[in-house]
Amino acid sequence: MARLTDENVTLAKEIIDRYPRAKSALIPLLHIAQEQDGWVTDEAMRQIAELIGVTPAEVLGTGTFYEMFKFEPVGKYLINVCGTMSCALLGADDLMHAAEEELGIHEGGTTDDGMFTLHRAECQAACTEAPCLQVNYRYRFRTTPVEVRQLISDLRNGRLDDEIPPHGTLARVRQHIPADKGVGAVDPSQVTSPPEWITASAEGGAS
Amino acid sequence: MTSFPWAPGFIDGDRPKIVTSRFQYEDSHTLERYLATGGYEGLRSVLARSPHDMHEEVRSSTLLGRGGAGFPAGVKWGLTPDGVFPRYLVVNGDESEPGTYKDRLLMERDPHQLIEGCLIACYAAGLSRCFLYIRGEMALAQERVAQALNDAYAAGFIGKNILGSSFSIDIVLHWGAGAYVVGEETALIESLEGNRGMPRLKPPYFPAAIGLYGQPTIVNNVETLSNLPFIATNGAAEYTAIGTESSPGTRMVAVSGHVRRPGVYEIINGTTTFRDLLYGEEFCQGIRDDNELKAFVPGGGSAPWFLPDQLDLPFEGRLVGAAGSMLGSGAIMVMDSTTDIPAAALTLTKFYAHESCGKCVPCREGGTWLMRILDRVVEGTGTTDDLDLLLEVGGSICPGDMPHAASADLQLEATPFPYKMTTICFVGPSAYVPVHSALTLFRSEFEARVAPSRTRSRIPVTAVGAGS
Amino acid sequence: MSEQSVEITVNGKTISAEPGEMVIAAAERAGEFIPRFCYHPRMSSVGMCRQCLVEIDTGRGPMLQPSCMVPVSPGMTVDTESDTTKQAQEGILELLLANHPLDCPVCDKGGECPLQDQAFSHGPGESRYIEEKRHYEKPIDISSLIMLDRERCVLCDRCTRFADEVAGDPLIHFVERGNATQVMTYPDEPFSSHFSGNTAQICPVGALTAKPYRFKARPWDLEQANSTCTSCSVGCEISVHSSRDRVLRYQGIDNDDVNWGWLCDRGRFNFESIHAEGRVTEPLIKTADGHQATSWNAAMSITTELLNESLASAGASSVGVIGGARGTNEDAWAWAQLCAALGIERHDPQLGDGLPAALLGMPRATIREMASAATVVLLAPDLKEELPVLYLRLRDAVVNGSTRIIEFTSTGSGLTRHAWRSIRHGAGDVGSTISATFADADVQAQLSSGPVVVVAGRGNLATSADVEFAALQQLMTAVDGATVLPALRRGNVVGALQAGLAPTSAASDTTSTLTAAANGQIEVLVLLGSDPLADFPDRDLAAAALNGAGRVVSITGHMNASTVDADVVLPAAVMSEKTGSTTNLEGRVAPIAKKVNTPGVARADWMIAVELADRLGHDLGVSSVEGISEQLTSVGAGVGSVWSVPFESSAVEVNVAPKGGYDVDLIVSRVMYDGGVATASSPSLAGLANGRSVAVNPAVLEQLGIDSGEMIRLVSEHGSAELPVCPDDRLDRGTVWAAFGQPGRESGFGDVRSLISSSAPVSRIRIERVS
Repeated sequence: MARLTDENVTLAKEIIDRYPRAKSALIPLLHIAQEQDGWVTDEAMRQIAELIGVTPAEVLGTGTFYEMFKFEPVGKYLINVCGTMSCALLGADDLMHAAEEELGIHEGGTTDDGMFTLHRAECQAACTEAPCLQVNYRYRFRTTPVEVRQLISDLRNGRLDDEIPPHGTLARVRQHIPADKGVGAVDPSQVTSPPEWITASAEGGAS
Repeated sequence: MTSFPWAPGFIDGDRPKIVTSRFQYEDSHTLERYLATGGYEGLRSVLARSPHDMHEEVRSSTLLGRGGAGFPAGVKWGLTPDGVFPRYLVVNGDESEPGTYKDRLLMERDPHQLIEGCLIACYAAGLSRCFLYIRGEMALAQERVAQALNDAYAAGFIGKNILGSSFSIDIVLHWGAGAYVVGEETALIESLEGNRGMPRLKPPYFPAAIGLYGQPTIVNNVETLSNLPFIATNGAAEYTAIGTESSPGTRMVAVSGHVRRPGVYEIINGTTTFRDLLYGEEFCQGIRDDNELKAFVPGGGSAPWFLPDQLDLPFEGRLVGAAGSMLGSGAIMVMDSTTDIPAAALTLTKFYAHESCGKCVPCREGGTWLMRILDRVVEGTGTTDDLDLLLEVGGSICPGDMPHAASADLQLEATPFPYKMTTICFVGPSAYVPVHSALTLFRSEFEARVAPSRTRSRIPVTAVGAGS
Repeated sequence: MSEQSVEITVNGKTISAEPGEMVIAAAERAGEFIPRFCYHPRMSSVGMCRQCLVEIDTGRGPMLQPSCMVPVSPGMTVDTESDTTKQAQEGILELLLANHPLDCPVCDKGGECPLQDQAFSHGPGESRYIEEKRHYEKPIDISSLIMLDRERCVLCDRCTRFADEVAGDPLIHFVERGNATQVMTYPDEPFSSHFSGNTAQICPVGALTAKPYRFKARPWDLEQANSTCTSCSVGCEISVHSSRDRVLRYQGIDNDDVNWGWLCDRGRFNFESIHAEGRVTEPLIKTADGHQATSWNAAMSITTELLNESLASAGASSVGVIGGARGTNEDAWAWAQLCAALGIERHDPQLGDGLPAALLGMPRATIREMASAATVVLLAPDLKEELPVLYLRLRDAVVNGSTRIIEFTSTGSGLTRHAWRSIRHGAGDVGSTISATFADADVQAQLSSGPVVVVAGRGNLATSADVEFAALQQLMTAVDGATVLPALRRGNVVGALQAGLAPTSAASDTTSTLTAAANGQIEVLVLLGSDPLADFPDRDLAAAALNGAGRVVSITGHMNASTVDADVVLPAAVMSEKTGSTTNLEGRVAPIAKKVNTPGVARADWMIAVELADRLGHDLGVSSVEGISEQLTSVGAGVGSVWSVPFESSAVEVNVAPKGGYDVDLIVSRVMYDGGVATASSPSLAGLANGRSVAVNPAVLEQLGIDSGEMIRLVSEHGSAELPVCPDDRLDRGTVWAAFGQPGRESGFGDVRSLISSSAPVSRIRIERVS
């Protein structure tokens, strides 16, 4: 699969509508493409460019700036071992070595069966729980080499399928703005006056 | 009971709490729990007041921004140019400074508190749309905030005519995709516009004047906004009763590294000292394995390092600045006597070199160069010349005096914060800061690693085809 | 200096600056050059190379600030030589050079390279960088014209900013991040902008190079002369660079009135045609065995004889001169004088593809006036394709200024996305469409909000000039005080018309002359640098005319379709081979420089006219190009002036019949690259022509069951043509569009021009399946 499914196109359009300018939806739409295929395909980028009215080069330019977007296939599970300060002070290297050994790949590699990709990551905002890692952006805190081996075995055997979705899926809960509740996005060039409650307050309170 | 299995990292204590008061509940992220514990009462009371009135309340609370710069939120809201609309609120939830985390916990554990804060800010400052930008790697925070937004829309706290008033606002959830620099507010705006997250120049691009889509935009940090429901409900006076006059309220601080009990603590602002934090019984309870403290980073990876000499300083911005560092985003990283100092500096320099956006030459080229020189020093293949070169390359990023801590042992006086810089934002200097701190405070450890100077090949630039 | 000028101090000197001017620009005017890479005066400042950091004190002590981002303010003190400034500038240069390859000896930029020059003037003099440099595959093609060497790139954002901000074609972009940042296109989507060559010119290093110039010369071996591009009538100022009697490149020069330094790729690269193999290098006489070379004397004798005979036997109306818009003002003046001396009234520099000369009699606007107008009404062909740099100026006026466009078009254009209103019309109903549009109150309010400039040209070559001119007259009547910027196409069409080559009446224009020739009423048809077979919209009439004319004399630089069968061919000098002046669409007179010698014995057109006059017993009173220039100056057409002459205009009546059995409107217009001689004989450009095809609304194709690329047959009352089809959803269902003059006969594709009749006001067709 490469182009977005009809369902995802509908979702993409709903997201685009939330922004005063369509290009703002670029990153959210790349996430949808990555969720669909596990990585961002050339075809998906072309389609995103059409949806938001920019050139594919602009989509590529923005997309490649961000670490999380992968432009070639990666494993079903992306293991990011944090290597920044606090984790480094408390044994990040040991975790990496354990993972490398268990998976039979080096940092940056993907296993032959396409199950795992292993990366060294920058600070994951869990420094007090060092050393830590993420599998598809789900945390494992205060991890040991033994636990890393167990984690990999659990992932292999599908024991964590409920907890950890395949690479590409981030939040499994999406925002949905009900049509009858949403205020709606307006291009800023179409607005010049203060919002209603500011005008109303000048006349004596919002409620 | 001082920690909770549902809030890993957070350590509770018998102190005044403003933003973590619900962390004790397993279901603190739900609308039910939020409403049962006074949630959205602040919003209700605010809607009965004028926006101006609420803005003044925040101004008098002296609520300081928690993103790193520590600028008063009420003043920031007032910087938008008169009569220019629409104005936007962009919530900075792209927390990624090494050592820092508290916004993630606030989003995971109490998303409604953040939402209520957003609503209050938009109401008071006349902001007509809110974008809540959450760091891409924080899947759980994204789920919790998405659920909370959906529930709050359904309950009528967000959307058209909130609680029957004329106040109408959408809050749009937006995820990043992995780029540290996007935590810088102008880069955050670029990213939100669908661009590469490269910082803009200030001036002229102060967000309050020219921000999202060129419109006046307030960028506030998650923790900053999470304080607003308390201020709205209890008033500025109750808020300023906690902490000091210049630094009121509480702060969330993450202490990590070689301490016995690393954790995220909500502390009283301005009075708690580093010694309290590192050694106090209610905090970190000392250095692990009874080791000696060697150094610590007082304000996230970008901050110049402190020595045990600075332990008695309070956690207060101005004093820390005068002592040669900064408080930044509320993150302390502790190094004990076993720490390999050059290697520790390298992990930080690597981080900033890797996270350079590539816009300015000194950061793009200088950061990587620093990393490569330091790398060979750590590997043991450097020379003493390399140590000078590190400082000279750093000087191209930060010309002039660099801030550093005082040291009694080294008979060194402090040089106060800040530094001069040739870059647009702080990422470039941040690659140099750990190098400079480590080399200034622990030069002997570097010298022990390198070979004596050999004659370096000097390649004359102008010899090659330069003249015509 | 304006009254509100701002005084600042730079290195102790007090200087006056314009309010809002950036420090870097103010300092430069005062003679203090601040080094820079990313700053470019015609683009927005980004402050990213950091090379222009200087210490600026606005009362709070000196601070290092990028001088490209800081506007001057009263009392400001700038120090471009302080220790801190020097430390920063030297440091940044060292960092810029850290990963820059030392391949200057084989780099085309070497010798004119800002990085080289500023490393010399502001650099530290040595590098301490001993690490391995960044490596990329080098160089790579990013388009058919431009190559990119990412190792040399300093990531100044000039090319990418140009593509996005100026050209509106963001097809190159930064990709990746930090130290790995590169400029790149999308895979398989080249930087096929009409303006790509500008990026090679503004690149401050040798990262972007234009293929036509690669490894052709060292900059210090080049001779330069300021001149004017005549590829179209915008009149962009250029510098012609040559070496060893060959033109090697054109570079744009920043002319504030006209091109702001930019050129389109057709104008920049079609210099290759000067040295093309198809050049006519000696006079040719048609014999039974084909063309035979002869001497000027013999050729001129024959031509004189032909003219004498026909003037004597059949009168002046038996001689027609077509063309003259590709030459200089001096060429056109001499030919107009010759015609006048001989009483020849049939002369016309246009080929039935423009508008009546009365267009120039309307109140005229300049480019600057267009770019500052409140409203620009477009009743013109797609400017992006035909007058590309005018497109840039107008796009800028909309994007960065407050100008609004009201566009009348049948197909959409490069400016449609920037138009405040883009109104579609069919062939023949533009008049009623204008009336309906102007009835709208918002449009009326817009039109009365400030100056209105109408950019007027021939939007559709399949609709008669009368129909389009009548619409313009209607529009000018409807908008009080509107002025016109003529969007005629050929380089010196305005100069030729104003110099006296305009037809004296509709009865002596090209269509009339060709009709007369087809009817056997023309004894001598002179083609003055023109090619009716390629350019006249009604191809059948052009062919009949060349057959029916007694003799054809072609004065041309290149062999072309109309020349291969001419009785006499006189070799003409082309641009960069002759001196003189040209007149752009505003009427602005600009110099044409001779930089190389003509091939063989080719001569300038004016010289041929003067000699013919002499042989025919008339003295034109001039014997040098300077003499003609003096004459022109005396009538207000000196270089530097904006020249206009009055033209009478009478109301044009048109009658367009309602649609009958042919219910689809045919729209034909030019695109940037076609089969024209300048493009076709420039090897770098020839391959860029689209080729023949016809664009049709996809729904129509679906209905007919025709796939993209299949052949369809177009049938009009006058003929038919089979062409491959491409779906285009910008067209409505009742309209098809084809590009004019595309190469492709060899592939068996039909010519859309067979559908056009010069006697029909509009061209209507029907679409049929083939087989």
